Amino acid sequence: MTPTLQYFLIASSLLFSIGLLAVLSRRHAIFILIGIELMLAAANLNFVAFWRFNPDPAETTGVIVAIFAIAIAAAEAAVGLALVIAVYRHYRTTSVDHLDQLKG
Amino acid sequence: MDQIFVNLKQQLLAWLIHLGASDLVVQIASVLINIAGVLGVFLTMFALLSVLERKILGRIQNRYGPNRVGPFGLFQPVADGIKMLIKEDIVPARADKLVHFAAPILIAAAAIMTLGVIPYGRNMTAFVIDGGILFFFAVGSTTELGVFMAGWGSNNKFSMLGAMRAIAQMVSYELPLIITTLPVVMVVGSLMPDAIVDAQSGYTFGVIPHWFVTKPWGAAAFLLFFISGLVESNRTPFDVPEGESEIVAGHMTEYSGFKYAIFFMAEYFGMFAVSGLAVTLFLGGWHAPIGLLEFVPSYIWFFAKLGALIFVFIWVRGTLPRTRVDQMMNFAWKFMLPMAFTCIIAAAVWFYAGHGIRGWLASLAVVAAVYLLLSQMLDTKKKFAKRTYRFAE
Amino acid sequence: MIGFAFIAISLFTLGAGLAAALMPKLIHAALSLVLAFGGLAAFYFLLGAEFVGLVQVFVYVGAVAVLVVFTILLTRRDVKAEARFNWSGVVVALAVLGALVWAILRTPELAVAAPDPKILTVKQIGAVLMTDYVWPLQCVGLVLTAALIGALVLVTEKES
Repeated sequence: MTPTLQYFLIASSLLFSIGLLAVLSRRHAIFILIGIELMLAAANLNFVAFWRFNPDPAETTGVIVAIFAIAIAAAEAAVGLALVIAVYRHYRTTSVDHLDQLKG
Repeated sequence: MDQIFVNLKQQLLAWLIHLGASDLVVQIASVLINIAGVLGVFLTMFALLSVLERKILGRIQNRYGPNRVGPFGLFQPVADGIKMLIKEDIVPARADKLVHFAAPILIAAAAIMTLGVIPYGRNMTAFVIDGGILFFFAVGSTTELGVFMAGWGSNNKFSMLGAMRAIAQMVSYELPLIITTLPVVMVVGSLMPDAIVDAQSGYTFGVIPHWFVTKPWGAAAFLLFFISGLVESNRTPFDVPEGESEIVAGHMTEYSGFKYAIFFMAEYFGMFAVSGLAVTLFLGGWHAPIGLLEFVPSYIWFFAKLGALIFVFIWVRGTLPRTRVDQMMNFAWKFMLPMAFTCIIAAAVWFYAGHGIRGWLASLAVVAAVYLLLSQMLDTKKKFAKRTYRFAE
Repeated sequence: MIGFAFIAISLFTLGAGLAAALMPKLIHAALSLVLAFGGLAAFYFLLGAEFVGLVQVFVYVGAVAVLVVFTILLTRRDVKAEARFNWSGVVVALAVLGALVWAILRTPELAVAAPDPKILTVKQIGAVLMTDYVWPLQCVGLVLTAALIGALVLVTEKES
């Protein structure tokens, strides 16, 4: 069975929803960051799958966007984790349930 | 004679096709033969090196090395192997068993995988990948994760501290390691190690080879790459992660028996891989140094150069004391990183000023200027303050 | 052959991703995340984008994963709170998954087989990056510099 484009897109949607599951149901800040990284990676897979199934052989947009997205994801992970460390230093907790001082 | 191993492999595959094997089986067999060849050669070299290193270190320290087991002590690896295998495998009671078990496997696997892209002779690369150099560094950077797993899985504060220091050291020196390969990649225009070796063929006047180490930017980059390679394999003078007087054995404290042997083997394989890459990038790969000696098989030249580099590794280990952790980090971030960037600029200057003597002198001027500037600007006088002695009253 | 590889790699990646989302202990989840990234790199190799696969291993496994485990190390305090799990998130995730799969299956234009294998060398990527995409490249450099400086500023302790 040759995988058509639909197979790859369904695989990346599954990975995306697993990442969404991690973001929505865990209360630890680093788990949420893990979920965000999984979602970004799933979106990248989408880009590369579309590049592969593009009939034009000279088209490279999908791969280039995927490379840029990986770089941006690394930057975002660095800043997000620095935020987690800074918050932990101040509040001594990493559970996002306890970060509610701005609640109205 | 030069292509003897390539012909041997072709004969084996032809025999397999003659037996009626399908295309897929022949492909898998080809890959397996490559892997077996690389593993066989390097495992033997590892065994030989473990005793040669102790003998050379012994000679530097004015004593014999191991010389009891076999002629000149050359069967020592057999004795060492038996000892490691029959030792009791102790795992700490509250250690994370899966992580503790997987850490040496990950480090050894990363070290062995990097050996696959290095060209050992004419047409003798195990895996020809388009982004070979990138593959080398990508797989090499997963070693840090293995070091962390080893430190964390041991449930031991010394291991964790040692692992964090080891990761800090490896991450800091990974930058100069990678950036010093960029001038070579830029000048050659390809990430394939085979293309890089091909670009270093040819001789000026038949005597001076076109190796990149004969250019000023190449010499500087080679020195920086070599020092970073020393750090990446945790060798003295940068063996803070495994110095006994510092942190017991760092992240390897809680490992005994065969797992410790795997750590040991992974360190040596890392040394082989980094030396192999240095030979490929800067020392001309499998080319001969003079045009007259081209009849000697290519793999002999590669392994001769590799042996010379490893001898320098061992020599440095026997000669220099261990650096302090902050000295090492300062050196990486304040000196090596700017010098690595100037190598890129010097390579560009050499490339565009013509490959002759004018470009050579121009790039030498760039490298020398930045080096002199850095050595004046970096405030090393404060670190080496005059010693004050306090005597008991 | 390629179908078998696709099934194997997707099972591995999705299993590792599920483990990363559901495991009670944080460090095990982080290590499963590393496996998931490795599986994704295998996906990229399967699709013929070798450079992206290598960059994925290099950046995600070699850098992001090390960052994550370091942060886990530096913020370890309440082990019990790590294992808290809200089941309402499962409902939302399943709803999103259902919507996406329904949209994909309803689009017949996506049921195409792969065209001939594309050969994308690193040289081509470099050429395209330096001509068509040079401005995004510079912007990504600026973003990375800003992120570096920002992360350093966030974690520097003030000398009181």
